[in-house]
Amino acid sequence: MMTQGMFENYFLPGVWVTVQVTLFSAALAAVVALIVGTLRASRLWIVRFLSGVYFELFRGTSALILMFWLVFAVPLMFRWQFAPMYAGVLALGLTYGAYGSEVVRGALAAVPVAQREAGVALGFTRFQRLRRIELPQAWPEMVPPFNNLLIELLKGTALVSTIMVADMTYAGNLVRIGSNESAPVYTLLLVLYFVMAFVLTRGMRVLERHAKAGVGQAPPRGGLWSRLALRESAGEGSGALTAGGAAR
Amino acid sequence: MSSPADTPQTPETTDSPRENGGNGESRANGSELVRFTNVTKRFGDVTVLDRLDFHVETGKHVTLIGPSGSGKTTILRLLMTLLTPDEGTITVDGDHLNHEERDGKLVKAGEKHVREVRKKIGMVFQQFNLFPNMKVLRNVTEAPVHVLGLSKDEAVERAKGLIELVGLSEHLDKYPSQLSGGQQQRVAIARALAMRPQVLLLDEVTSALDPELVAGVLDVLRDIAHTTDITMLCVTHEMGFARDISDCVMMFDQGRVVEFGPPDKMFSEPEHERTREFLSTVL
Repeated sequence: MMTQGMFENYFLPGVWVTVQVTLFSAALAAVVALIVGTLRASRLWIVRFLSGVYFELFRGTSALILMFWLVFAVPLMFRWQFAPMYAGVLALGLTYGAYGSEVVRGALAAVPVAQREAGVALGFTRFQRLRRIELPQAWPEMVPPFNNLLIELLKGTALVSTIMVADMTYAGNLVRIGSNESAPVYTLLLVLYFVMAFVLTRGMRVLERHAKAGVGQAPPRGGLWSRLALRESAGEGSGALTAGGAAR
Repeated sequence: MSSPADTPQTPETTDSPRENGGNGESRANGSELVRFTNVTKRFGDVTVLDRLDFHVETGKHVTLIGPSGSGKTTILRLLMTLLTPDEGTITVDGDHLNHEERDGKLVKAGEKHVREVRKKIGMVFQQFNLFPNMKVLRNVTEAPVHVLGLSKDEAVERAKGLIELVGLSEHLDKYPSQLSGGQQQRVAIARALAMRPQVLLLDEVTSALDPELVAGVLDVLRDIAHTTDITMLCVTHEMGFARDISDCVMMFDQGRVVEFGPPDKMFSEPEHERTREFLSTVL
């Protein structure tokens, strides 16, 4: 097995780096997704066009190549050097933001036209309708696909190990080279990614439940954190309130 | 109140020689609030409104009746600026709805102008269209706060008064999905009134309701019609309700006004065969 020192000195810091890269890229991706996704529903063709170009460009390029490009090509082309971790965060955030923009666009498009009309009838501006009516209603629809993307992103962070960011995967490789213990190291990595993905999923489930409660689709149950416990619920929460006067 | 005895006026003179004009009817206090001039609306090849001229006077309650597809709802949606006319102009309280004057010429109105004129109009929809992401109270306060710029306290006070008027004071803290259709529609009425519009548009507001819930909503509307001086334009299939609240009933068919008059006359002795035919199917 791995020696204690290697685990503490390399692996644990690596886990922390993976967490950081995941959170930072997810935050960037969320912002990008929200902005680009909203702009893609704009009524101005030029805005739709430009945001569409962004979407196609970043969906169609490889996050890994983008990282290489940021780390190895940008310094030569622009005489400017990224810290590798930020290059990784940028590449992942921009790429997954493009994927996420599609989720946002779809969820916004799924808000009934009647809601827009009610907003118009009450005199809201376009931006007010977006912020107060359309996005809040689209949000519960976004959470499940965002969960998928977030887990994809978590696993995608392993790519940063190729640009010398000492994440979990990078540390695993170091430890394997040092100890020659391939089987336990890679098994441990698999398990760790799984555990992290699982925690994220539980968190997103809670978020989903709260989002649905926010549009009156299910009652909020307990606090945010109490739901992190694994209590899978057949039919729970689809209770009485949605049965009767369910939204039209 | 409920029996407008005044005789309907003869159709106003209009630019379009072929068109009837509905005229709120002749109460002395009524100045003109809504006017359609030569309005045409097409959806593709279908002409839904065909050079329509009519006006509604302040404080009058006008009910639009007619077979489905006759353009009644289109009139309300044009007034609410959810649609724009292909030809013709609409004015509300003297202001053009879809146009503004620039250098003496009428040009297509900018978003800001439309929003300003729109404040004079409120609408209640067939499917209620409450905001599911807001509780009852916030459904009613949201627009007064963010569109009219009322303070939170003012808006809440106004909203609570209106929610009480529609009989839902115990439900302030519920989401729309927790209410029955009839209750949702009554909230929608309060929400529209909270903007203090001059004209209230009612688009088949009971059509989506279970039969036993219709009466509650109509009672609220009767109450509003009889106790306020708000102008109403109402599309409905509830002929009893139309008879109760209307000053004027306008019969539409194929994008034209067939005839109009006070409800007593319209329902008992309509002049046109088309009106008789239609009424015999709904009464």
